[in-house]
Amino acid sequence: MMEMLFDLFQYGFMQRALISAIAIAVICSIVGLFLVLKRHSLFGDALAHVAFGGISLGLFTGIYPLWTAYIVAILSAVGVNKLRESTKIPPDSSIAVLLTSGLAIGVILISISGGFTLNLFSFLFGNILLVTVDDVIIILITDAIVIPVIYVLYKKLVLIIFDENQAKVSGLNVSWINTLFIVLASITIIASIRLVGVLLISSLIVIPNITALMFGKGFKKTMFISCAISVFSVVFGIILSYYSNLAPSGTIVLTMISMFLVTIIAKNLKVRYNKITVTK
Amino acid sequence: MQPIIKVDNLSYYYDSFPSLDHISFSVEKGDFLGIIGPNGAGKTTLFQCILGIVNNFSGEISLFGSNIKQNKKSLQRIGYVPQKKSVEQTFPATVSEIVSLGVIGRDIKRESIDNAIEFVELGEYRNKRIGELSEGQQQRVIIAKALVKQPELLILDEPTTGIDSVTQDKFYDLLTRLNKEKGITVVWSSHDMNAVEKLASKVACIDRKLFFHGESEDFFGNEERMKSYVEFAMQSHMNLHFGKSKNGHDNKENKNDGNVV
Repeated sequence: MMEMLFDLFQYGFMQRALISAIAIAVICSIVGLFLVLKRHSLFGDALAHVAFGGISLGLFTGIYPLWTAYIVAILSAVGVNKLRESTKIPPDSSIAVLLTSGLAIGVILISISGGFTLNLFSFLFGNILLVTVDDVIIILITDAIVIPVIYVLYKKLVLIIFDENQAKVSGLNVSWINTLFIVLASITIIASIRLVGVLLISSLIVIPNITALMFGKGFKKTMFISCAISVFSVVFGIILSYYSNLAPSGTIVLTMISMFLVTIIAKNLKVRYNKITVTK
Repeated sequence: MQPIIKVDNLSYYYDSFPSLDHISFSVEKGDFLGIIGPNGAGKTTLFQCILGIVNNFSGEISLFGSNIKQNKKSLQRIGYVPQKKSVEQTFPATVSEIVSLGVIGRDIKRESIDNAIEFVELGEYRNKRIGELSEGQQQRVIIAKALVKQPELLILDEPTTGIDSVTQDKFYDLLTRLNKEKGITVVWSSHDMNAVEKLASKVACIDRKLFFHGESEDFFGNEERMKSYVEFAMQSHMNLHFGKSKNGHDNKENKNDGNVV
C-alpha cells in the first residue's frame, strides 16, 4: 500500500496536483470561515459563476481565461458589495444578482462563440490532475497574498463579523476592510476553480467550515480544524480518484460530505450518550 | 474642566422625520448619566451620532474636546456596549477571544484579558463559546470587552432589555462598581425608570427632543415634572404620527442646565 502511494507521488502531475490542492484547501477554509459566519456561504458559488462569465470572455477574446476571470470577478464582487452597502439590499439577494448576471454573460458569450469547448468544461468541472507549473505558481502566489493579509486583519475581521457597529466604534474602516476581504475571497475562488471547477467551488468554502463548527471550539481552533478537514479531503479525494478512475472534483467533494456526515452522527451519538449518563 | 461629551444643537432626520431635534447637553467626568425615553425616542440614534457610526447629522458633537466628525481618535477612549442581540450558539469565539477584540491595533496582555473577565465574574467561562452563555452573561462579556482597553467613558445602549431581574440587578451592581471604583464615566440608556432613579446621578429625558437634563433627584423628586414628561412624550408621538414635517418642528433653544427644556 505504502509502496503504491510512494510510486504515485513520483509522477510530476501528481506532485503538482497535491501541492496546489493543499494550497487551495488551506485558503478556501480560512476565507470560507469568514464567509460562512457572515452568512455569505453562497458568495463563493456566485463568484464562481461570475468567473464563468470571465472565463467565457477570455475564451471568446483569446486572452488567458483565468486572467479575465480574476478581473471580472473582482470588479463584480466589489461592485455588488458597494451596491449592498449603499442600497441595503439583503446579502442573499445581492449574491443572487451576482450569480445570475455572471452566468447570463457566460451563456451569451458561449452562444456567440459557437458552444461549449473542452477547455470550458475543464473550468466548469475542474481537473486538478491537469494543472500546469504556471497554475501551481499562481495558486502559491495567491496563498502568499491571502494568508498574510488575513493574519494581519484577523482580529478586525472577527470583530466586524461579530458586530459591525462595535467595529466602527473601535475606529475600524469597516467598508474598506470588507472590500479588501471581498477581493481576497475573489482571488481565492478563482485560484480554486482548477481544483473542483465553477460548479462545485462552494463545497470547498462551506463544507469543511460547517463541519469544523460542529466541534464547538474557539475561532482559531475552528479555523485549524477546518483546514485539516479540507487538506485531508483533497489529498484523499485525489488519491481515490486516481485509483478508481473517477473525476477528482467529485471524489474530493464526496470525501468532504462524508466527513460532514460522520461528524453529525458522532455529535448526535455523543449527545445521546451524555443524556443517558445524566439520566443514570 | 472640559466636558467628556458635548452635544450642541444636534438634529438627525430619518427620511423627512426628525429622529433627533435640536438636542444639546453635556456629560462631565465621573457622571453616571441615565438616558430615558420611550421606544423610537432616538436614544440609539443619539448614541450612533455620538460614536460616529452615523455622520450625516447637523449640529456638533465633541468627545474629549475633539469634534467627532473630524477626529475619531477619541473613540479609543470609549467602551461601547450596544443594544443586546443574542449571539448564535455556533459562533466560534470563546469569551477570551471576544474580550481580546476590545483592543485592536496593538498587543494585549493575557493578564489584561483575564482581569476584565474576572471583573465581570465570568472567570470560569473564559474558554466557553460566547454563544453557549445566557444573554445576561453575553452582555457581561461585551462589557469585559469594553473594559479591556481601560476606557474613560462607557456608553451602554439599553443593555438589560429582555434580561431577567436577578441578572439585571447583578448588571446594575457592575455598572455602579465601574463608576465608583474605576471612576469610569457611564452613559446608559434604559426603559427601566426605577433603575435609572436608583443608579444614575444625572438624567436626560428625550423623545426626539430633549425634555430634561440634570440631577436625577431634580427629575424623579418632582412629580409635576415627571407628569409633564409623560405628556411631552405623548405629544411628541402624536406629532410624529400625524405628520409633523421636517420643517415643521419647534425651533426653540435648548438651554438645559438642569431644567425642563
